[in-house]
Amino acid sequence: MAYLAPALLFVLVFTVYPLGQMVWMSFHSWSLITPPRWVGLGNYRRAFADRQYWVSFLFTLKYTAIITPVLIVGGYLLALLTSQASRLRRLTRTMVFVPVVIGLGVSSLLWYWLFSADFGLVNRALMDLGLISRPVLWLGVDADRSNLAIIASVVWKVVGFGMILFVGAIQSIPTEITEASLVDGASYWQRVTRVILPLTMRTVLLVTLVSVIGSLLAFDQFYIMTAGQPQNETATSVFYVYLNSFPYLRLGYGAALSMILALTILAFTVVQLLLTRRSHA
Amino acid sequence: MTAILERRHRARAAATRVRARSGRSGYLLGALCIAICTVMLLPLLMSLLASVKPTAEAAASPPTYLPHAVSLDSYGRLWSYQQGLPTYLANSLGTALLAIGFTLVLAVPAAYALARFQIPGKEVIFVVLLLALIVPYQALLTPMFLMFARVGLTNTLVGLAVLHTAVQLPFSLYVLRNSLSAVPRELEEAAITDGASSWQVLLRILVPSTVPGIVTVALFAFIMSWNEFLGALVMMSKGSSFTLPLILAAARTETSLGGTDWGMLQAGITISIIPCVLVYLLLQRYYVSGLMTGAVK
Repeated sequence: MAYLAPALLFVLVFTVYPLGQMVWMSFHSWSLITPPRWVGLGNYRRAFADRQYWVSFLFTLKYTAIITPVLIVGGYLLALLTSQASRLRRLTRTMVFVPVVIGLGVSSLLWYWLFSADFGLVNRALMDLGLISRPVLWLGVDADRSNLAIIASVVWKVVGFGMILFVGAIQSIPTEITEASLVDGASYWQRVTRVILPLTMRTVLLVTLVSVIGSLLAFDQFYIMTAGQPQNETATSVFYVYLNSFPYLRLGYGAALSMILALTILAFTVVQLLLTRRSHA
Repeated sequence: MTAILERRHRARAAATRVRARSGRSGYLLGALCIAICTVMLLPLLMSLLASVKPTAEAAASPPTYLPHAVSLDSYGRLWSYQQGLPTYLANSLGTALLAIGFTLVLAVPAAYALARFQIPGKEVIFVVLLLALIVPYQALLTPMFLMFARVGLTNTLVGLAVLHTAVQLPFSLYVLRNSLSAVPRELEEAAITDGASSWQVLLRILVPSTVPGIVTVALFAFIMSWNEFLGALVMMSKGSSFTLPLILAAARTETSLGGTDWGMLQAGITISIIPCVLVYLLLQRYYVSGLMTGAVK
């Protein structure tokens, strides 16, 4: 027990207690300068009627709905390409994974520069190729265009994560199965759709869930690349929690928004844990 | 028996046929691999190249692809930017090292207890310890901030490291419990017969046999802490306590020569990326195994 006590105490103080306090705060109106006042479900009702809450939530959903299929399909195709044993394929796998290890904040700064209207190489290259005649204002002017630019940068940054897990799953398929399908004269794409994909379905589901959870919690890339502009249209759910809790100091309201977010994430995590649990049995 | 051999043989033949067929498309796929490598590396390379452009060229619009001259001016400006690069590097590195230290000190003994001892309610304790896996830390930042503000931990490296440890602890416990469980008990039993205490067993026998697990945990704690942004943004409000990602994000809106100092930003990006890439290339094996465990929890 002496071995467990420090970790247990740490979790109680720095996870369980803040969690409890967040629940308590979410039922209070509190702005630091005035003492907290009990408002029951008032903060939750307020979120329901808050236009910006819905703008943020729907924008985050849209971002998640676009980026997830790109990450899964892209990661899987890369895994099919790089799971074979050749030096070039292995090198490609390593290179695709490099952006995964750098920080999302730093990669967002890098792409903030690349997508900059007047100083970025994306516009320079597009103009040299004759695809555009004037610099495109990628970030912070139009919500959808900003979203696309950010999605491109995040796909670059994290597509290697799914790929690495898919490679692991594809390589663990017993060779007998692959050989059998070869004997049966299956073409490459038949093998992919009838053998490889079904046998790696669990990993596909897991990576999908991890990606969905990660995307619903998106913050760094939007804070750095658009700062929520135009008019907070690209402020994600976490961004709106941050805005309420810190610059606006609406602590109770921020806590209620955090609760809604945490419960949404919890639903996805439970599915993820159930999937893993089943695989152990 | 012959049927099996026959089947094997046919499989080999089929595999050879496939390989021969893929010989033709092999060049195409090889070219595709090279194209993919280029796309992945190009942004990093362009940033590195932009960081060594002379001041005027770094601020040029439209930008140049390749530097016309090589200069370390951008690094010079970053070195003395605000509190100076050494302060921010020390803050980032200090936080990361503290986070690694806290994580190991808490997780190794706890994982040992979970892997080896019969404790009443062990399952419940394990679930409580893994709680942070299901509660995103982004949602807990406000109460954490209020608590830290009360005890004076905001704007301190220890405070930020504690936050990073809270995020990283469940994953670390999970990895270490698994690798400690995999150590054969015979080693410990021999030591216990020789009169070793459980602490001695842990430090002299189990820790040396679980080095891969410990490296994985330390590696992930480092990468997480070095790169983490939102927690640092909330906890660190004083310029002198900023970590590297924070000062760079602040510098993107800062102006020099009438616009963002892109050259300095590139220098900062390059410096932040180098440790991550180095650590990854050196410890790739641990990285991949850690990811597998992390995703499959």
